[in-house]
Amino acid sequence: MTEKPLTRHIDPSRPPFDLAQYEKAGGYSALGKVIRDMTPAACLQVLKDSGLRGRGGAGFPTGMKWSFVPMGADAPRPKYIVANADEMEPGTFKDRLLMEGCPHLLVEGMIVGGYILQADVGYIFIRGEYVEAARLLNRAIAECREKGFLGNNILGGDWSFELHVHTSAGRYICGEETALLNSLEGKRATPRAKPPFPQVSGLWGKPTIVNNVETLCNLPALIDYGAEWFKQLSLTEDAGTKLYGVSGRVKNPGCWELPMGTPMRELLQEYAGGMCDGYGLKTFLPGGASTPLLLPEHLDTPMDYTHIGKLGSRLGTGTAIVIDDQVDFIGAMKNLEHFFAQESCGFCTPCRDGLPWVEKALGRLQQRRGQRTDLEWLQRATWMLNMGNTFCAHAPGAMGPLESALKYFPEEFASRVVEPKPQPGNSQGKAAASTST
Amino acid sequence: MVEAAANLSSQHLISNLSDQEIAEIRAEAAHYEYPQAASIEALKIVQKHRGWVSDESLREVARLLDMSAEQLDGVATFYSLIFRRPVGKNTLMLCDGITCWMLGCEKLRETIQHRLGIDYGQTTADNEFTLIPVTCQGACDRAPVMLKNMRLHSHLTPENIEPLLKGSE
Ligand SMILES: Cc1cc2nc3c(=O)[nH]c(=O)nc-3n(C[C@H](O)[C@H](O)[C@H](O)COP(=O)(O)O)c2cc1C
Ligand code: SF4
Ligand code: FES
Repeated sequence: MTEKPLTRHIDPSRPPFDLAQYEKAGGYSALGKVIRDMTPAACLQVLKDSGLRGRGGAGFPTGMKWSFVPMGADAPRPKYIVANADEMEPGTFKDRLLMEGCPHLLVEGMIVGGYILQADVGYIFIRGEYVEAARLLNRAIAECREKGFLGNNILGGDWSFELHVHTSAGRYICGEETALLNSLEGKRATPRAKPPFPQVSGLWGKPTIVNNVETLCNLPALIDYGAEWFKQLSLTEDAGTKLYGVSGRVKNPGCWELPMGTPMRELLQEYAGGMCDGYGLKTFLPGGASTPLLLPEHLDTPMDYTHIGKLGSRLGTGTAIVIDDQVDFIGAMKNLEHFFAQESCGFCTPCRDGLPWVEKALGRLQQRRGQRTDLEWLQRATWMLNMGNTFCAHAPGAMGPLESALKYFPEEFASRVVEPKPQPGNSQGKAAASTST
Repeated sequence: MVEAAANLSSQHLISNLSDQEIAEIRAEAAHYEYPQAASIEALKIVQKHRGWVSDESLREVARLLDMSAEQLDGVATFYSLIFRRPVGKNTLMLCDGITCWMLGCEKLRETIQHRLGIDYGQTTADNEFTLIPVTCQGACDRAPVMLKNMRLHSHLTPENIEPLLKGSE
């Protein structure tokens, strides 16, 4: 048994385990176990019982998601399993650690997952810049092919499975699971309408499961040690461990595997070493650029899906961005919205046209030549671009930090507004002021 | 022998891609039900060999993957790491993600501007360097970071970035 199912084999001071080393450390025992001793249905039951929730940001229960995949002899074929290794949400650096630190763990997770779903082909969809991770994964896959862990009749059973690395070429939207499917098919990465859900009609219209790297990396130990073990790893109701990260003006930024529900205060003080000298904590984004801000008063809340959700934010990817008290706060907001504006896929109008406006308004405020109308626009955007008004969750994600910033730090915005000088008897006062900089 | 030579030259007539490029693209295409799925990887293979993707290369790749050139161009222009214009011998991709921004990527940008005289999207007159902004590189614990020719350099300062601005590694 282990307390660190994700990182127990990771040691950044040496190269990652090759197949022989990984096996010696207990690797691929879950693969042997499922193929020799377990039916796919029994495995799925473990997954459901474990309470594992997706680590890519939304926290959807993995077992439930998988239960929608058609099973049995007359299920459409081929079926696909895809690892979402796009990891492009600013502030997120956890899947890189898993793939560079122990590529065989993800490969085993994919094969075990493939068996549970009785999938035929797996793809690891990895962002283009993760060149080293892609190289390591390709090598691990080649070792598995040679060993008979991939290919026809794996371990002498009647199940066959192939696995490939698919490298992308930039664009955050590729991480959205239906856009990812279009991207994998070699199309522009615009999201698809749901339903149909990918579980039923995904890649080329066939049943497809997309999960985050960290989610899939939990499978081997979950199969080895069981659902009850998995639940007791956590401090709260949300099961398992979590890869948490902290970046920003802290003494020891990094990424650590800890029990789910570890509070941010512990992450910040004990693991990240506290704020750098001379800097204080102003606010933080708990799990990536799309997660609404939290305040110092929230530091003791357990960092899990349920508790962070109750505060009006999201655990997201669990990698926190610390914003200190000396940084240009409006500049930071502009930086975030610049990212979202640039990464809009352009498919729907509120997002494509609205986000650049948000960025421009923040730019004017940053330069202290903002107008009251800029503030009004930002307020309006937080509902116009929110859930229900756009085709996918990209624009609502962009509104997360902005809406919370307007709520918690209204004075930051208000203090950047320049009031137009009143010009007697002339309604052009406003326009004159806005062009006179 | 003669036949082989004839084959080769006819291949040259129909394709500007090298045999190596074609072989690599075909190997990728074999991973999918439909060859189009290899389009990004194919474009990256061309880019690896040529630095960028010209209209001519694009047409050839499209033919290999059973796509129209327009379709493939729609894909190529969507993705930020596919270069449809020539770039310098060295690409500098400076991370402007939130953590790198808070930890001083703008200072690095200024240093590059001073040393090389280029800003985002520009190439030096001697064609040595192109500077491109990129989003978060998933290395925020080592911010600020930059990719030089796709290799990650971290904990950068205006001082320690200097050696990276001196031509190929
Ligand atoms: C704009 C956008 C970007 C996303 N990027 C990623 C990503 O890079 N990696 C990821 O795992 N999930 C990402 N997601 C979430 C996926 O859509 C999907 O929920 C996830 O891959 C499901 O896996 P999980 O259940 O294991 O979390 C993104 C979602 C949106 C809306
Ligand atoms: S919300 Fe934005 S990213 Fe999502 S579909 Fe619309 S334009 Fe594309
Ligand atoms: S913000 Fe630069 S690596 Fe994440």
